[in-house]
Amino acid sequence: MADLSVNICGIESPNPFWLASAPPTNTGDQVARAFDAGWGGAVWKTLGDEAENPIENVYSRYSSIDINGQRMAGLNNIELITDRSLELNLIEIAEVKRRYPDNVVVVSLMVDSNADAWDSIIKQVEQAGADAIELNFGCPHGMSERGMGAAVGQVPEYTCDITGWAKASATVPVFVKLTPNITDIRVAARAAKNGGADAVSLINTINSITGVDLDSFTPRPVVGNQSSHGGYCGPAVKPIALNMVASIAADPFTQDLPISGIGGIATWEDVAEYILLGSTTIQVCTAVMHHGYRIVEDMTEGLSNYLDSKGMSSVNELRGLSVNKVTDWQSLDINYVVKATIDQDKCIHCGLCYIACQDGAHQAIGTKRSDDDKTDVWIIDDLCVGCNLCSLVCPVQDCITMEEREFGQTHMSWNDFTGEDPPGELFPRPKHGITIGE
Amino acid sequence: MNIALTPVVTMTPDEALVEAYRCLMCWDAPCTRACPTSIDVPGFIKRIGTGDLVGSARTILDANILGASCARVCPTEVLCAGACVLNDLHERPIEIGRLQAFATDDVVFGGVPLFDVAPPTGSTIGVVGSGPAGLSCAAELARLGHDVTVYDAHGDPGGLNTYGVANYKMDRSTALAEASFIKGFGVDFRQNTMIGRDVSVDDLLTGHDAVFIGVGLGAVPPLGIEGEDLDGFVDALDFIADLRAGQVDISGQRIAVIGGGNTAIDAVTQAAKLGADRVYLVYRRGRDEMKAYPHDIERALSSGVEFIHWSAPRRVDGNGAVESLVCDRTEHVTDDDGTVRLVAVSGSEYSIPVTMVMRATGQEKRRSFLSSIPGLATDDGGRVLVNDDFRTGNNKVWAGGDCVNGGKEVVNAVAHGKAAALDIDRTLRSDDQGSTTHGSRG
Repeated sequence: MADLSVNICGIESPNPFWLASAPPTNTGDQVARAFDAGWGGAVWKTLGDEAENPIENVYSRYSSIDINGQRMAGLNNIELITDRSLELNLIEIAEVKRRYPDNVVVVSLMVDSNADAWDSIIKQVEQAGADAIELNFGCPHGMSERGMGAAVGQVPEYTCDITGWAKASATVPVFVKLTPNITDIRVAARAAKNGGADAVSLINTINSITGVDLDSFTPRPVVGNQSSHGGYCGPAVKPIALNMVASIAADPFTQDLPISGIGGIATWEDVAEYILLGSTTIQVCTAVMHHGYRIVEDMTEGLSNYLDSKGMSSVNELRGLSVNKVTDWQSLDINYVVKATIDQDKCIHCGLCYIACQDGAHQAIGTKRSDDDKTDVWIIDDLCVGCNLCSLVCPVQDCITMEEREFGQTHMSWNDFTGEDPPGELFPRPKHGITIGE
Repeated sequence: MNIALTPVVTMTPDEALVEAYRCLMCWDAPCTRACPTSIDVPGFIKRIGTGDLVGSARTILDANILGASCARVCPTEVLCAGACVLNDLHERPIEIGRLQAFATDDVVFGGVPLFDVAPPTGSTIGVVGSGPAGLSCAAELARLGHDVTVYDAHGDPGGLNTYGVANYKMDRSTALAEASFIKGFGVDFRQNTMIGRDVSVDDLLTGHDAVFIGVGLGAVPPLGIEGEDLDGFVDALDFIADLRAGQVDISGQRIAVIGGGNTAIDAVTQAAKLGADRVYLVYRRGRDEMKAYPHDIERALSSGVEFIHWSAPRRVDGNGAVESLVCDRTEHVTDDDGTVRLVAVSGSEYSIPVTMVMRATGQEKRRSFLSSIPGLATDDGGRVLVNDDFRTGNNKVWAGGDCVNGGKEVVNAVAHGKAAALDIDRTLRSDDQGSTTHGSRG
């Protein structure tokens, strides 16, 4: 069984599975139960300065989108940082660390933008035994209107300065949690690094309105007869988060900055993807809000089995293996050719590939009724552009696959092709549509 | 029809959503192709998934106005669900029938006005019989703006849907609610009105611009065996009609039903489900020769019905009332010329102690009524001959349903009635004389 332990900026964690700063890490009792279930670490729900910034939440707080019966494919919240007293939280942090010395407790923090406020709270949580702190520069609602959270994360200079203050006060590692509500995540990550951050956590939630109650016309979550934009998370945001993680991992300036990846993680496969794109630890919230701490059992076993199947003895061997496989479009091989192929023995004659290709792609699938009145389909090979769409809509496992075709074509990127001395010919493309006048 | 009708719920909203999401929304969907009324099945299921139940019901009822009863009585296993591509994915097919009931019940039972009725055309059409064919034809014509009068001999409309479908398949209230829904289009129902008795054929033909005959079939004729007049020897259709009127208690009875078709299966399954002591299906041939659907046979077996194959009734014994059914064993013999004949095995007589015997050996044609319509022709089997548009030999008369095809599904009758209505409409608008090629539409 592969070793799942990791070290992130000097902190040993029994596994890469952490809980994100959110409702599942609201209390000591919860964090203790999570550690019992197998979570390696937890980022405590954000603490603030209750004297300066008292917290009261609204009723209700969460809303979600369901996709064809899949509940909570995306989750949205307008909950604030902890509404429990700092004193109580500090006592519980100390107690959890006393009982679980081998598990990682990172404490998320958010206070007003002055050095003294940060110094004060950092000293208190270090005193309580925090293994690290995470600066919440990402919360997109409620706190940002008060000049905190995303209001900091969206301005690189603020991110840099406040990270600097925290580093000046802290003796434990400082994580900076980044907001995705920006145009280029690399700018935020560079600012955090310039401020001295030991690691970055991303992504925080995305500004969102999940939907509207079609009877009352009030967007969700409903608060009286109004709503407010919230922070979006869950499976739906994973592709956005993966891209941001990968771009920081590939950026020459931040490539050595450890990453704690966050966004839509629910299974060991999600975890493996985040690690392949450069994360050292990962953080989970929505999946636990949906199914409870027990989901870590599948993550632990699944990731371990996967590593075994790849002949890896440690999860560290997996880290970053996909980072260099993400490149600019201009560097892709434009002479790489794949064509769809349909396994007629597996085809159930639903016609979905036909209509998807016909109306939604490149008209490269033919159809007719068979003698026994089934919808037969076939690939029109010379029209197929290898786009994958048919294989994506096909409901049958491995019925439509993409086959690589070798015609002796030369490997050639767009940059090569448009350069002064192209290495070869462009492989001919299918022609579509009716040409006027022909 | 004044009592409040409530649907027998077939599916909860949660069940319906889960099932709707399973539908792949096939292109050129085989379920739709398998439906005699071409209901856009993926279309109505999609609307269930999006919460648009009114749109779902409209999609169904626009194609098949008896969508609520077809949802319950259609042999979906051999039609839409049988064609579902999920069968090839080694999954359960979509439960199209139950979804269809879910989508239509609120609208049909609630009398939700889904369809606009066209401005009056001034034409009047008489529809004889308020079974599925007649109702379908009447609804379509009324929507097109024609003045429609339905004549029916029974107290309530619906024909076999009301009187002849076993309760375990469909409750009576669905049939009545559908008729009531159609009445909402302005159709005038004349119940307890028999043509030839209460209204003359001549008045029918002269009083209307066109006439549709949807009289179905008649009673199950006597077998002609000894003891058939004993108390407890009944027509299986009468048994079902009595059940639907709530007049039957068969607990403790030992019942034999003679026949191998859908009526026989309905009768035995219903009897078993109602707590009869023993229920036998007595059929002169083997399982493979039965006309009943395999899924219905399975249901009868699982309901506790005992099948007695290769047996033909010889007589019924009893003193005033049925006491036993006496049968001969039967077998197939092949003649020298290769013809296979069914014969009684001599000396094989045996008796089954029973308290009731039902005949379900096929309904007779309504020959005397049909022969009273001038110009209307039938084939040797008594089925009305019609052209491709369901027009009979009488230029003013169309026909459809069981009286044309000899007895098929409700959904086939609905398709006939609708097609005839569309041709009647075309004809009345253009004074078209129509095709004169007539044939059987069995």
